[in-house]
Amino acid sequence: MKLLQSTVLFNIEASSRYKHMAIYAPEVIDECIAGQFFYLKCSNHISPLLRRPMSIYKIVKEKDEVHFLYLIKGEGTKSLSQMQAGEKLDIFGPLGNGFILKKEWKNLLIIARGVGLATMAPLIDLATKQGKTTYAILSARSKEDILSANYMKECGAQVILVTDEDGNSDMVYVRKLIESMIDSKSIDALFTCGSKRLTNLLKNISLQYKIPGQVALEENMGCGLGMCFCCVKPFQRAGKIINLRVCSEGPIFQLEEVMEI
Amino acid sequence: MSEIDMEVSIGGVLMKNPVMPASGTFAEEAAQIFDLNVLGALVTKSVTRYPRMGNIGPRIAETTAGMINAVGIQSKGSQSMLNTSIPFYQQYNSPLIISISADTADEFIDLAQELSVPGVAALEINISCPNLEDDGRSYAMDPAQTFRVVDYIKKKTKIPLFAKLTPNTNAITEVAIAAEAAGADAVVVANTMLSMAIDVESRKPKIGNIMGGLSGPCIKPIILRMVYQVYKKVGIPIIGCGGICSAEDAIEYMMAGASAVQVGTYNFVNPIGMVDIIQGMKEHAIRHKISSLNDIVGSVCVIGPEDIDEVATY
Repeated sequence: MKLLQSTVLFNIEASSRYKHMAIYAPEVIDECIAGQFFYLKCSNHISPLLRRPMSIYKIVKEKDEVHFLYLIKGEGTKSLSQMQAGEKLDIFGPLGNGFILKKEWKNLLIIARGVGLATMAPLIDLATKQGKTTYAILSARSKEDILSANYMKECGAQVILVTDEDGNSDMVYVRKLIESMIDSKSIDALFTCGSKRLTNLLKNISLQYKIPGQVALEENMGCGLGMCFCCVKPFQRAGKIINLRVCSEGPIFQLEEVMEI
Repeated sequence: MSEIDMEVSIGGVLMKNPVMPASGTFAEEAAQIFDLNVLGALVTKSVTRYPRMGNIGPRIAETTAGMINAVGIQSKGSQSMLNTSIPFYQQYNSPLIISISADTADEFIDLAQELSVPGVAALEINISCPNLEDDGRSYAMDPAQTFRVVDYIKKKTKIPLFAKLTPNTNAITEVAIAAEAAGADAVVVANTMLSMAIDVESRKPKIGNIMGGLSGPCIKPIILRMVYQVYKKVGIPIIGCGGICSAEDAIEYMMAGASAVQVGTYNFVNPIGMVDIIQGMKEHAIRHKISSLNDIVGSVCVIGPEDIDEVATY
C-alpha cells in the first residue's frame, strides 16, 4: 500500500452512466489483489473533501495498469469523471483484503449486480489463472448496465445475464437459477457484490447448501486504514454481534457472518 | 533549516514540533505510511475502560467542506491499550497522549490511574462526551461540571492532563477558565460541532445516530475564534483543533493563541498531511525569520480595543 500520484491513461464513457478509467501505477501493481480497493482523491478542491473508495476492476500486470469501472453517482465520482488522460490522480492503496481462493475449490459461482459487477471481474481473471471454472450470474437494471460481461467472458467465465427490463432479475427466478447451477455444476464456493437482496439470498443458500461464500461490501469511509472506525458494519460471529471495519477487516467478508439488512 | 526552533512545551510535555493528530483520526496503522517520529506527539483515539460497540452506521457523511461523524467511541477497552497500543508506541520517541472517555467522574479516575504508566506522557480527558451524571450533557458544556470532573481527576493522579473542550457551548471561555482553575495542564480547543445532514432522496438522516460532530475546514473560522477568546483569559497552553488542512491554517491557530495544534479530518484527505504541515510551518518560519515558533503564539495584531471580541455587533 502506497500513497502516490499515478497517471491517468484513459477515462472513457462505458455507458451513459458509467466510466472506465485506467491508471499507470507500476509502484503498486504487484501488490494488487482482486477484491482490494484504492482510496482516490477525486478532486483538488475543498469539496468534495473526502477520498472515495474504488474497487479494482482490472489488474493488467504486464502494462502496470490498474482499471476502475465506476457509476457516476455523487460529487466525488462526478469530479473523477472529468479527469483527462495524462492528468495525475492521487491514489492511496491497494487497501483492504482481497478475495481468498482455496486451492481445492474448482467451480466458483459469482452473482453480482450493478456497480458490484466491476469488483467481480478481477476475481474471475484470478480464478481462471488458477485453473478454476467460473460461472457468473450478472444482474442489472438494463443490458446497457452489464458493462463487464464481455470482459468476464474474455477472462473465462460462463456468463448468464438477468435484467429488470427482461423481468428475470427477481429473487425467485435468481434463486432457482443458483440452485440449478449448484445441482449441475458442483459449485465449491459463492461470491457476491452489489446488492443487499442478492447478498441475503446468497447467505441463505450458502447456509442451506453448506457452500462457503464471500461478499464484497462498501461503506462511506474516513481514513481507509482502520484508524477511525467510521466504516464499521455489524456482523455475526460465534453467536455474537461484532463490529468490523469495511476498510481494514474487509471489504471482503465471509457470507455466513453478514447480517441481513 | 536546523536553526528554526520548532520545539514546544505543553503542560510539561516537551514536543519537537507543535503538530499532533486529533483523537480518533490516528492509530498504529499510520506507521505504515510515515515515520511517527516526525510528529510533535501521538494522540490515540478515545479509550473507555471496557470494550464498547459504538454507534450504528452510517457513522460518517460528507458535507460541504467538511464531514459529520458519529462513531460513538468504539473502543477495545483500556486493557488492550495497555497490552498492545502503549508497547507499540514505545518504539517512537514522540510523546504519547492517550485520550480517555468515561460516563462518570469515578470512571475517569479509574481510567486515568490505570493509564498513568511509563510510556504515557499525558492524558487527554475527552469531556466533550455525554456525562451520565448530568443528563447526558457533556461536561465541557458547563463550567461547573468541567471544574468538578477535572478537579476530581487532578487530585487523584499525577500525570499531565489536557482537557478537550467542546465547541457546543455558549461559554467556551468560562469552561476553559474552569479547566485551568481545576488544574488542567492544557486545554484542547475544541472538538466537533453538533450537526446533521439529510438524504433528500430517502428522507433519512445521513448519520445512523441522526446527529453527529461536524469537522473539517468548514469549522475552522469558528474554532479559531474560540482559541482567540480563550487565549485572552487563560494562562495554560491551548492546543488548537478544528479544520486545519495546511501549514497556514496551523500558523493561523498559533497566532490566535494556540501553542500547538491537532490535525483531524485532513488526515483522511491526505494520509501524510501532518508531515506536509510540519514542513510548511518550518518554511513559513524561515520566510518570516522566526527563530522559535513559540514567538508567534498569540501574535495576531489586533487594531482597536483589546476586548473587541466582546463587542456584540458584527
